[in-house]
Amino acid sequence: MESKMINHSVPTEYQSEQGKLNILGFWIFIAAEIILFATLFAVYGVLHTRTSDGPTGEEIFVIKDVVIQTMLLLTSSFTAGLVIHEMRRGNVRGLITWLIITLALGGGFLYMEINEFIHYVHAGAGIQTSAFTSSLLTLLGTHGAHVTLGIFWAIMVIIQLLQRGITPITASKVHIWGIYWHFLDVVWIFIFTFVYVGGLI
Amino acid sequence: MDIKWDKILITGDPLILGSQIAIVLTMVGIVVGLTYFKKWKYLWSEWLTSVDHKRIGIMYIIMGVLMFFRGGVDGLMMKAQTAVPENTFLDAQHYNEVFTTHGVIMILFMAMPMLIGIINIAMPLQIGARDVAFPQLNLLSFWLTFAGAMLFNLSFVVGGSPDAGWTSYFPLAGKEFTPGIGNNFYMVALQIAGIGTLMSGINFIVTIMKMRAPGMKLMRMPMFSWTTLITSLIIVIAFPIFTVALLLGTMDRIFGTHFFTVADGGLDMLWANLFWLWGHPEVYIVILPAFGIYSEVVATFSKKRLYGYTSMVMAIVVISALSMLVWVHHFYTMGVGPAVNSVFSITTMAIAVPTGIKMFNWLFTMRKGRIEFTAPMMWTLAFIPTFLIGGVTGVMLGMAAADFQYHNTLFLVAHFHYTLIPGVVYAVFAALYYWWPKVFGFKLNERIGKWHFWLFNIGFNLTFFPMFFLGLQGAARRMYTYSEESGLWPLYALSAVGAIFLAAGFAALCYNIYWSIRYEKRTTENDPWGTARTLEWATATPVPHYNFAVVPEVTDVDAYWEMKKNKDNFALDPNKIKPIHMPSNSGLPVYMGAAFLIAGFFLVFEWIPLAAISAFLIFAGMIKRSFEYDDGYYVPVEEIIEKERTWRGDSKWKAK
Amino acid sequence: MKKRKSLLLSVVSVMLVFLLSGCEMAELVVFNPKGPQAEKILDLINWSLVWIGLIMVVVIALFVYIVWKYRARPDNADYEPPQEKGNHLVEIIWTAIPFIIVVILMVPTVTTLFDLEEVPAGYEDQEPLVIHATSADWKWIFSYPEQNIETINYVNIPVNRPVLFKLTSAGTMQSFWIPALSGQKYTMAKMETELYIVADHEGSYFGRNSNFNGKGFKEMEFEVLAQSPQDFDKWVKEVQEKAPKLTEEMYAEKLKPSHLGRETFSNTHLEWVDHADHHAKEYLNPELYRVHGYPGKTFTDENNDIDNDTENSDHHHGGDHSGH
Repeated sequence: MESKMINHSVPTEYQSEQGKLNILGFWIFIAAEIILFATLFAVYGVLHTRTSDGPTGEEIFVIKDVVIQTMLLLTSSFTAGLVIHEMRRGNVRGLITWLIITLALGGGFLYMEINEFIHYVHAGAGIQTSAFTSSLLTLLGTHGAHVTLGIFWAIMVIIQLLQRGITPITASKVHIWGIYWHFLDVVWIFIFTFVYVGGLI
Repeated sequence: MDIKWDKILITGDPLILGSQIAIVLTMVGIVVGLTYFKKWKYLWSEWLTSVDHKRIGIMYIIMGVLMFFRGGVDGLMMKAQTAVPENTFLDAQHYNEVFTTHGVIMILFMAMPMLIGIINIAMPLQIGARDVAFPQLNLLSFWLTFAGAMLFNLSFVVGGSPDAGWTSYFPLAGKEFTPGIGNNFYMVALQIAGIGTLMSGINFIVTIMKMRAPGMKLMRMPMFSWTTLITSLIIVIAFPIFTVALLLGTMDRIFGTHFFTVADGGLDMLWANLFWLWGHPEVYIVILPAFGIYSEVVATFSKKRLYGYTSMVMAIVVISALSMLVWVHHFYTMGVGPAVNSVFSITTMAIAVPTGIKMFNWLFTMRKGRIEFTAPMMWTLAFIPTFLIGGVTGVMLGMAAADFQYHNTLFLVAHFHYTLIPGVVYAVFAALYYWWPKVFGFKLNERIGKWHFWLFNIGFNLTFFPMFFLGLQGAARRMYTYSEESGLWPLYALSAVGAIFLAAGFAALCYNIYWSIRYEKRTTENDPWGTARTLEWATATPVPHYNFAVVPEVTDVDAYWEMKKNKDNFALDPNKIKPIHMPSNSGLPVYMGAAFLIAGFFLVFEWIPLAAISAFLIFAGMIKRSFEYDDGYYVPVEEIIEKERTWRGDSKWKAK
Repeated sequence: MKKRKSLLLSVVSVMLVFLLSGCEMAELVVFNPKGPQAEKILDLINWSLVWIGLIMVVVIALFVYIVWKYRARPDNADYEPPQEKGNHLVEIIWTAIPFIIVVILMVPTVTTLFDLEEVPAGYEDQEPLVIHATSADWKWIFSYPEQNIETINYVNIPVNRPVLFKLTSAGTMQSFWIPALSGQKYTMAKMETELYIVADHEGSYFGRNSNFNGKGFKEMEFEVLAQSPQDFDKWVKEVQEKAPKLTEEMYAEKLKPSHLGRETFSNTHLEWVDHADHHAKEYLNPELYRVHGYPGKTFTDENNDIDNDTENSDHHHGGDHSGH
């Protein structure tokens, strides 16, 4: 009987009126973010051949590291899915555990990205080198900044989960954070495809 | 980080020195005044931290009027400088700064705040909502816009003004040609204000999608709310592009990247493309709500339903779609080839079709009506022929081959003033006169309003009509002076005379506000115009903070008109009144505005470590917000009954 | 009050007298073309004016009629207007008519656009004279590669012969505009745009940069002198024989932001740099553009040979900034 109740009612995050508005508002925000990244991609697309006297992408990309980064972020997207799954089950402990695992994967991704930047600078591809490096590092950096923000945001949510457990409000926060995290993953897939794979072909 | 203390304040210029003194005196005056009248607490708790959409709207409008003054003074200075040939009132550098700030302020800190303010006041009332979807975010939007405006205006006295035009074309706006920090103000201040605008856009969309009164289907929504929805959509689509453009511009200027530089592979036309990908939709962001305002006013004062409602909605949707597809018409002369120019010529001229539909619908709304020449209606009537001139010259400019002769000339300047002044400023005036009594409980004086109207209209046409001919005489825009032999003087002088009338018109508006606050007759009539049609006129005047005691059921477009027709619907049953949930005020948005202002200021001055440290002020505010669990409060039934009984009187009070 | 009114009246009437007498008024240069390209554009403008005039007359007549006829009068206070929703037929008509007018204006626009890209009709049999027009802050540099001569701030062309201007810029973006002869086109650094021009009347024409590019923008004008072919050849020969040679040092000096008078040389700067080339060397020095206000930092380019004091500090931590 009880399980039936849960199946038939709306998920926790949709239970409060404000939670519903927040989720819709956030989806619209994601639409704006899509345009933001699309613009950055367009800029990269226009400028990526303008290497001036600096190196080309082929010369600096380390595909092995990028593949690891991709794996880390993809896995984190999967574990972020498990976060929502645990939340729907009402399991705070499982929720927080998976959230922390997701953050660890995200942190690993960031660590590798910072190393990647250091590698580029040593290879003579600083942000001031050419239009190509400027647009590459700005695109990657904007994504990286988003991931960083996502990590700190999740930490705030974890603290609130510990304080309050799963309530309609905290649930909608977790849900919104989840949308954001998956979105960053999708952006990364585009970066991986167009910047790295596209740059090598 | 090397701070050159002696160079922060601009010295050695009498005009700027005068402003610096005036600013200090004004600030001292405000502080002393507030302290003397013990109004600090009132100001803080009733206004600065208020999440009430009506009060936020009023704050936007006050800011818009102040910025109108600043931008107007810039305009007058330009007109004074070009009134006679070889004038030395301003030198080239000053003139460049003045037209740059004039453009930026008028579009982004006058037109936008005015319209967003009017939307804030009218839209939630029109759709029968108690507030916007995210009241605190709404206040944050205001404070970010305000912080952006303050930062931008600071450039006049501290650091140096931007001087690359409101379009801030690179590479001119880059460090290779403008090494001062003036253009940093442009990049950073507009970024801050832009974030606020984007948040407003999201807020309005969710409000309209989720919080309409029962029975109000989208196709029953008042036209002004429709235009708000479409404008908000354009904001969400176009502003992120501007965010990126400004980010890249900031990177180029402050971190030495090569997006738009001449050196190392930068591409200057990339800026022009990104700018106008935002910039052209931006024109419609400001013009669509204005169309909405005219639609409301024309129906009210013709005592008729808006003609062709469905085609009006379709027209704004088509206009919004086309607005994204015309950006290249701002640089036909770039040499992209006749095929591309042809395509963008077609999309540009196509906008004339839906705009024409709207024109004819307004005309036919008046046909068979009973047209009352009230102040809001006068502005609407003046809009039609003047905007028509703006529109047809727009078609002329849209014809790419002909544009090769108009581009970058005063013909173009005349054209866009003929679209933006009747299309936005007249609408703002119409809206002020129209909704003023609803918000404040008294009308703006009609007699002074007529002075305002005629002075401004004569001034406007006198200022800008000669510019069409100046352009055809070969006068490029943005020239700080011209020679006597050029023969341009007569029309330039005529235009300068017009500017005096414009200024007098603005003064008349300010005087009207002052006079009406002091002397105009007060009213508590919910429909002071007598012929209003939409929901905002169905509640008390001035509007109570909870807007509606009971959210009305809507059965048709023009909900209030319907209510008036079936009078029993209008009476209120006290048994239906329940406690109303309202959001709490918050000081956090004020703090966030200040944090953005501080961080932005340091970034403008290129003091990166200081900027990075103050960025933590912003993060601190975000963390604070994350941990806020304020559920707002309930307005008790007794308070509502008390309020409703006073304004409704016995005739509209169904006591059971 | 009365005094002020009469003052105003006198100011306005003085202006009007001035306007009507038109003694010193500039001509509407766009309406007085001196070459086939400008004529083509004028034909298009005139065509648009006919239709736009028609629209204006119809809409304003309708507007005046409606506002006058349906104005509120004391005697129609009881009039209850009909609450009409609209009329599909009427709405379709006023969608279709503007649409047709747009098509009517569109067709000649497109054909003119394509025409303007080519040597004007009637002149195809002649080899166009190629002139490189390079804009810099704040002067125009004209190079005649065939004749191997260069002029600054003026350009002489033979009448009735097509001239192909190859446009580029040494720095900021400018717009090359000779209103009596043709529409304008941008000049951009490291890019080349082309513009065909024919002057079919001898005479001196006014040309300028119409695109704002900083402090010296207003002064960025040049003269186009359309001469008979004999006079032109004579002038070329004279320049080749008498004008001094330009060196790269002199050239770099001239590219600095400044106003120059007319100058003439018997060689061209294309010998050492073509600014239209993607890898062209830059002759930029931001320090020369300082104005009042707080001095921001500049980024000197290590690849640029003009100034070699590279700011190394700025180059090294570049990568960090992008992310945080």
